[in-house]
Amino acid sequence: MSAATQGTTPYYFVPGLSRHPFMSAFGLFFVILGAGQWVNGSAWAPYSVAFGLIWWLVVLYQWFRDAIVESEGGLYGRKIDISYRWSMTWFIFSEVMFFGAFFTALWWARAHSVPTLGNSEHALLWPDFQAVWPSVMAGMTASPAGIVEPFQTMGPFWLPTINTALLLTSGVTLTIAHHAIQDGNRSKTIAFMWLTVLLGFVFLCVQGYEYYHAYTDLNLRLDSGVYGSTFFMLTGFHGFHVFVGMIMLLVITLRLQKGHFTKERHFGFEGAAWYWHFVDVVWLGLYVVVYWM
Amino acid sequence: VDSLPGGPQRNGLNFQPPASRMAEELHSLHWFMLALCAVIFVLVFGVMFYSILKHRKAAGHKAQELPEPLWVELGWTIVPLLIVIGMALPATRLVVAQKDTTNADLTIKVTGMQWKWGYDYIKGEGEGISVLQTLDPEHRRIADEGARGVKLDDYLLKVDNPLVVPVGKKVRVITTATDVIHAWMVPAFGIKQDAIPGFVRDNWFRAEKTGDYYGQCAELCGKEHAFMPIHVRVVTQEEYSAWVKEQLEIMAAKADDPNKVWTLTDLVARGASVYAANCAVCHQANGQGSGPFKPLDGSAIVTAQDHTEFLQIMLNGKGAMPAWRQLSDTELAAVMTYAKNSWSNNTERLIQPAEVMAAR
Amino acid sequence: MSAVLDHHDAHAHDHDHHHAPTGWRRWVYATNHKDIGTLYLIFSFVMFLFGGVLALGIRAELFQPGLQVVNPELFNQFTTMHGLIMVFGAIMPAFVGFANWMIPLQIGASDMAFARMNNFSFWLMVPAAIILAASFFMPGGAPAAGWTLYAPLTLQMGPSMDAAIFALHILGASSIMGAINIIVTILNMRAPGMTLMKMPMFCWTWLITAYLLIAVIPVLAGAITMTLTDRHFGTAFFNPAGGGDPVMYQHIFWFFGHPEVYILILPAFGIVSQIIPAFSRKKLFGYTSMVYATASIAILSFIVWAHHMYTTGMPVTGQLFFMYATMLIAVPTGVKVFNWIATMWKGSMTFETPMLWAVGFIFVFTMGGFTGLILSMAPLDQQLHDTYYVVAHFHYTMVAGSLFALFGGFYYWAPKWSGVMYSEVRGKIHFWLSLIFFNITFFPQHFLGLAGMPRRYADYPMQFADFNMISSIGAFGFGLMQVYFLLFVVLPVMRGRGEKAPQKPWEAAEGLEWEVPSPAPHHTYETPPKLDASATRVIG
Ligand code: HEA
Ligand code: HEA
Ligand code: CUA
Ligand SMILES: [Cu+2]
Repeated sequence: MSAATQGTTPYYFVPGLSRHPFMSAFGLFFVILGAGQWVNGSAWAPYSVAFGLIWWLVVLYQWFRDAIVESEGGLYGRKIDISYRWSMTWFIFSEVMFFGAFFTALWWARAHSVPTLGNSEHALLWPDFQAVWPSVMAGMTASPAGIVEPFQTMGPFWLPTINTALLLTSGVTLTIAHHAIQDGNRSKTIAFMWLTVLLGFVFLCVQGYEYYHAYTDLNLRLDSGVYGSTFFMLTGFHGFHVFVGMIMLLVITLRLQKGHFTKERHFGFEGAAWYWHFVDVVWLGLYVVVYWM
Repeated sequence: VDSLPGGPQRNGLNFQPPASRMAEELHSLHWFMLALCAVIFVLVFGVMFYSILKHRKAAGHKAQELPEPLWVELGWTIVPLLIVIGMALPATRLVVAQKDTTNADLTIKVTGMQWKWGYDYIKGEGEGISVLQTLDPEHRRIADEGARGVKLDDYLLKVDNPLVVPVGKKVRVITTATDVIHAWMVPAFGIKQDAIPGFVRDNWFRAEKTGDYYGQCAELCGKEHAFMPIHVRVVTQEEYSAWVKEQLEIMAAKADDPNKVWTLTDLVARGASVYAANCAVCHQANGQGSGPFKPLDGSAIVTAQDHTEFLQIMLNGKGAMPAWRQLSDTELAAVMTYAKNSWSNNTERLIQPAEVMAAR
Repeated sequence: MSAVLDHHDAHAHDHDHHHAPTGWRRWVYATNHKDIGTLYLIFSFVMFLFGGVLALGIRAELFQPGLQVVNPELFNQFTTMHGLIMVFGAIMPAFVGFANWMIPLQIGASDMAFARMNNFSFWLMVPAAIILAASFFMPGGAPAAGWTLYAPLTLQMGPSMDAAIFALHILGASSIMGAINIIVTILNMRAPGMTLMKMPMFCWTWLITAYLLIAVIPVLAGAITMTLTDRHFGTAFFNPAGGGDPVMYQHIFWFFGHPEVYILILPAFGIVSQIIPAFSRKKLFGYTSMVYATASIAILSFIVWAHHMYTTGMPVTGQLFFMYATMLIAVPTGVKVFNWIATMWKGSMTFETPMLWAVGFIFVFTMGGFTGLILSMAPLDQQLHDTYYVVAHFHYTMVAGSLFALFGGFYYWAPKWSGVMYSEVRGKIHFWLSLIFFNITFFPQHFLGLAGMPRRYADYPMQFADFNMISSIGAFGFGLMQVYFLLFVVLPVMRGRGEKAPQKPWEAAEGLEWEVPSPAPHHTYETPPKLDASATRVIG
């Protein structure tokens, strides 16, 4: 399928039979089967997860390859383009709600549960507990039962601020790449895309180092009470999203190098860019409420 | 079976007979709602069934498109809105009353535990009294055997120690729990309050009549959820004062000296009853456990020479195992010694109460 | 009709998927919305039977006081899995099946927007269902913390809890993808002339439902992820000893949970809004206000969640806010009920089976709505919370609501799906006996709840014996009727036994689905049809 089909773009392309969906589900079966057992220490479970994940990734690769071939083969008309735009928008909305749950958890713990646990009524249960959020006063653990080892909190300086700068810069480079593709300047696009991916990668490295620092120097861990829980879950899920976004951008970059996308039609690019900006915005939220407050 | 006074009515169709002002108010609010809903229901479905009868094709009715004037749509938006506001007004008053826990005569802390209730009188007459309330094991046994042919008015509602309160006094209940969420409910008083581990919540009731009142745990709390009833005995002020006096004396006499040094046989004997009352539900009388509940028979933690981990788990819980801090040092020492020396565990090791006290 | 078939040849591109594929590949590798719809419907019915058998286990145990059939642990597993399977495995997928079949037909689209992702949504449910079912055989048995999976009870569950959490994640992913597919299909693939305000009500209700799904399923995913990490990775979200709060779980869960119940009812409203006009031989009264009412219900559903938590001890202001907000929902729901009745008013009604289900729906669902209103009053809920009154309420809304509407929709559209008419007599038997047994099962539960019988109880005081016995008898009768439905209605229809269905079996039914032959050809509306001004007929 190549340019020959161009010009005969169907009104709305509907793919024929495809084994990818079933095969994906098949792989994911082993992922969830294994994951549920892995957390319970079962020995075979990691293999199940690994097998399922690899299987699934292979299927995903083929699936995306098919979609790319269809797209480059001119089967995707204007309508499909709009469909992709809508779907990406709603997908990002669902991600917003997912992060919402964890932001809510942080807010609730901070504004509600910890203060409540320390109020005069609750002295009945936790007579010695002082309700102070750890980042507000050094040495506090926000743990009424005192089950949390003392830890230091992660302030905004310097790692998180460096990371903020990295992500913001990556937003800029991405935008430059976008303008470049709109101007038809492919080599500039590719250069700035690589730069963006690199910034994302450095971000992840810095965050990895930040975690290392937290565990070794600050004794701040996932099980450091509700502070540690919310800190690592929020930043961890965000980091995972950065990772996914980076892979998306990487794939787009490779596709650009292969000559995919045109000045006018490059939704794959834009979808990945939207996602990246979304990840950016979540970071800014984190930067303020997790590190500064 | 007959109705149980202060408890469920045989084939009862409505709330249990109220024994407090609040329960009465709820009773009438419910009637009010029921009546309003019934009227709306009859009106709305009167119209519908009239239409079904008259406007059917079989009756020869020809379809007529209706005009859709705005006032109709507005009307059936605004009228229900007004009705709903009318319903909300009396409810608002009651919410405010229910939440007013000030000026209590007596404050009792209610602790939900898998699967029993603990009561601590923490303010007012009787301060210092503690009561532990469990279902009569006989009833639990009847349940397991299928209760065939059994007729008991207080089936699953009979407890060892009722909670005793004086009549006409405002009792503030502070609920909390040690393991999972439970809910303390006594329908005759119109009270139901979740008991949340680590947190306290409060609510109140004022019983207007003496007598026995019953309730049950109302929040899913594990396998014995259906078997942790509540029994409140409302007595006159004089009886109450007498009861308090008696309790305080018993408590003083019963209090174990945690520094007493026990012999193995005595401790195991004492432990057997503690085990039966607290542990056997999960770990079974034969110590084999079941499902997620670990066996104690042959358990390395139980039989270990070093008691630290065992003590740690008893005091703080672990996974499905709740913490047992509410037991006294002597009881804990006894039950642990019992476990170390029962079934195939023959360690001859014993834990003295002082060791538990130190571990707390 | 010919207009539709003609498009076939007019096609230039060279794909061979025009002829219905055959064999197992047709189903396993499906991309056709009708095939996937059928898969969804079959899957959901199997799950319904599974959940129903668990319900019968519950009812068998509760037939008499005392424990005769199952022990309390297994009982709690039954309750939990019954709730989870009915909600996530039966009702939700059934509506998605209807959406798959009907939305493209109703808006004149060739298929769903993302055909492959559509099949992915379906096949994701199968691993999840297998794992949920398998959880009964894991050490410690299936999850037993109630379908609401409240912390910290979930922390005491065995390994099956984690299996269920991952299964729910997968089901959630499936729902989100399904919802995105539906939204995009509706927003982007309507035939020219099919404006949003001319769209059939079923599409409208699904559009709004899909929005709710995308908004709240991720929140559920967040809640159960926190449960998972609390269980295994030492986090303290719901552990007060580390500064967390079990009640926070409830807030997050119900922020999902309440919109979820409208996810279960809005498409049902949509189906009923299709059936009532068809058999009243009139247009739907107050179409515009129906759309607005649906949207209002959806919006309000985000701010009422804590009415499930009145007894957790919220402050007065919280109680009042959630009480008022909840009561407000009666208003838009009332608008719907009144519009349906106004549609019937001065109509020329006939009562084929779909209409019976629809009228039955309005009647019985409204009772569930009224009990909901009574529950929404915070002070009364203090008596009724976690009693059988709540159980009665939600079976009136979910069985007599969602399920009845699904049955109605089946009878209404099955001729289009299969090309044969179901047996009218059997349909009526199914309806009347289901209606009667339903009420025998669940009406007495109101009394039980009022009289103080808590829910999720494996055993109960003897004063509650008679009503429980009646309820159990009703449940078995109701179950039997569903077996009857399967054997004597569904199977014959699937085998194509029965009178041949005309293109439009219902005299006054409107909509593009009736513009294609019965059974609907494998591919329909491959190029957009030309519609008349009302967007209900194909004119070219
Ligand atoms: C399809 C599902 C569905 C639907 C549609 C509803 C609809 C409603 N529900 Fe229900 N509900 C559930 C499913 C549903 N519910 C479930 C599953 C639970 C339990 C979960 C669990 O704990 O496991 C539950 C529990 C539940 C509770 C918590 C009870 C408790 O645990 O203590 C409450 C309390 O407010 C409530 C209220 C309502 C209200 C006010 C409506 C309203 O939407 C109803 C509105 C409808 C009408 C009012 C009737 C029609 C209107 C008219 C004819 C107009 C005229 C009327 C008036 C002016 C009054 N529901
Ligand atoms: C939409 C969802 C839905 C549906 C359709 C149903 C359908 C039914 N439900 Fe369920 N139910 C819930 C959702 C639903 N339920 C939820 C969410 C809960 C709360 C769970 C919790 O507390 O966590 C609940 C809880 C619940 C309880 C309370 C349990 C408890 O508190 O311990 C009971 C008790 O009677 C019950 C009964 C029934 C019955 C009899 C049916 C019947 O309608 C089922 C009919 C179907 C069949 C019976 C299957 C067909 C028959 C066969 C396959 C063959 C065998 C048949 C015979 C031999 C007769 N349900
Ligand atoms: Cu305690 Cu239920
Ligand atoms: Cu709700």
